[in-house]
Amino acid sequence: MIAIHFPALQVVVPLLAAPLCVIVRNARAAWLIALAVSWAMLYVATGLLAEALSAGVISYRLGSWAPPWGIEYRVDPVNGLLLVLVSFVGAVVMTFSRASVDHEVPRSQHHLFYAAYLLCLSGLLGIAVTGDAFNIFVFLEISSLATYILIAMGRDRRALTASYQYLIMGTIGATFIVIGIGLLYLMTGTLNLADLAQRVPQVEHTRPVLAALAFLTVGISLKLALFPLHLWLPNAYAYAPSMVTAFVAATATKVAVYLLLRFFFTVFGASFVLEQVQVPAILLVLSLAAMFVASTVAIYQDDLKRMLAYSSVAQIGYITLGVSTASATGLTATLVHLLNHGVTKGALFLLLGCMALRVDRVTIASIRGIGRTMPLTTFGVVLGGFSLIGVPTTVGFVSKWYLVLAALERGWWWLAVLILLSSLLAVVYMWRVVEAAYFKEPAPRARKVTEAPLSMLLPAWALVAACIYFGLDTRLTVGVATQAAQLLMGGTP
Amino acid sequence: MKGYLVLRVIAKLVIPFALLFALYVQFHGDFGPGGGFQAGVIIAAGVIFYALIFGLANARKLVPPRLVEILVALGVVIYGGVGVLGILLGGNYLDYFVLSSDPVHGQERGVFWVEAGVCVTVAGVMLAIFYAFAGRPRRPDPE
Repeated sequence: MIAIHFPALQVVVPLLAAPLCVIVRNARAAWLIALAVSWAMLYVATGLLAEALSAGVISYRLGSWAPPWGIEYRVDPVNGLLLVLVSFVGAVVMTFSRASVDHEVPRSQHHLFYAAYLLCLSGLLGIAVTGDAFNIFVFLEISSLATYILIAMGRDRRALTASYQYLIMGTIGATFIVIGIGLLYLMTGTLNLADLAQRVPQVEHTRPVLAALAFLTVGISLKLALFPLHLWLPNAYAYAPSMVTAFVAATATKVAVYLLLRFFFTVFGASFVLEQVQVPAILLVLSLAAMFVASTVAIYQDDLKRMLAYSSVAQIGYITLGVSTASATGLTATLVHLLNHGVTKGALFLLLGCMALRVDRVTIASIRGIGRTMPLTTFGVVLGGFSLIGVPTTVGFVSKWYLVLAALERGWWWLAVLILLSSLLAVVYMWRVVEAAYFKEPAPRARKVTEAPLSMLLPAWALVAACIYFGLDTRLTVGVATQAAQLLMGGTP
Repeated sequence: MKGYLVLRVIAKLVIPFALLFALYVQFHGDFGPGGGFQAGVIIAAGVIFYALIFGLANARKLVPPRLVEILVALGVVIYGGVGVLGILLGGNYLDYFVLSSDPVHGQERGVFWVEAGVCVTVAGVMLAIFYAFAGRPRRPDPE
């Protein structure tokens, strides 16, 4: 009975839990509310994905107004997958958060902090679940505004400028997106994505539609931090509280990638975007630039959070690279890497959060010799690093395998070589961490630290375990991703 | 503004009418210009006027910042709660048709509560912004 309302509840429950956190005004109660809601949302999301896989597309009419006039929530395997990723990371990060937030955020602001987190979660889930273009923009703003607040809560005063920088770039991106949606509305008179998909082909060679595609591509690329529009990302990730970095890095850019796929493949159509307008050529160049430039910059970072932030930019390059191969295999690689990188980066940033609890600023210098005093945390970082590099038996290997397959399928053997070469850059920057943590004499502070509490280690290790588990058992991730990719490509195998 | 007798007397006279006018704008929104947002702004303006004449400390006693924080959140709960009520009464989320036996009346009732929620949140946010700016400690004069 209640299950038919899952699409709406997915968004409404965190949205209403947020003001509840403000009203109770108690740090512990707010944390409990946010924790309960996060796990409930994971339950709802898995329910939705299971139903979308077995019964096909789920459509929910908001306010009982029939689409395309009313707002429709629409779940298919593509966004079902996203809902599960976002709510899974949310649930794990919330479980992790208590000790970390106690350490990094003033206690008087905890209830507001968790309220902002719930709003962010609600916005991200909303972007994924909705089938209405303007609704997407509204949820994008909800999640972005909440993210600016969360980033500004960082202890370092530079968090404020980082948040401000993201606010400016994010607002430009959101404006571009709303201009693109406006142009589409102008040409078709509808905002419903499924309805747009039917009407856009009739007008697809008019200039406003091409302009809409351009505005949407640039706007969403700003949000997903596609090179060279990534400049807001390193500072935002580096100075935000640990829990926020983990949550945002694993979800926000991934949801933006989903938006890009949704507009490219559902609204404009695969043949239009991939063959007639030549978007893949641009994406290919930018993705390769991201993989090499950002990975190289990551090698020279001393702050570990900043290093992983640049690594994120590089990994987003792999994700968009899958799109640029313009094949179902490439798209599968994109979707698989979306999940895999979300889990991997979530794990790594949570483990850095464990270290931050003990040494405050996690830099190459401050973690010297920490492998002896925090063995579990450090070993987790090493396993996460393996996944970033793409060592077999980790999830990183699975997605790179499919990327290489997609490249070879097109006969682009040089691309396969470049993918392998850029992975070597990941070896270099992760090696610096391993070298400092295991082979250097302990820094005076690192000698005295103890292992992080279990409440933080367990969630972080749950994500590390997921990195290994999904690297060995690919039925779930690759299976669903293949189905979703075929759906996006229009049923062609 | 302690010395300005005229201002104090006029303020005391005007503020009740301003608040009454806010209620008029709120409930007349169905038939003419107005609605929750405007009413919320007018309510907040009444309190801000009070703060300007009688001082921030007195205004904080009248409407404590704790209450303002609750108002901000409460409006959202009312707005979203009406939508959830739709689910409880057997419709979809935000379904106002089921709020009354007559579907048109149900829509009206739904929007009535939505506007009430908007009014509460807008008044709260306006006051929160005012308190945040007015409450900043003065910088010492650079000499």
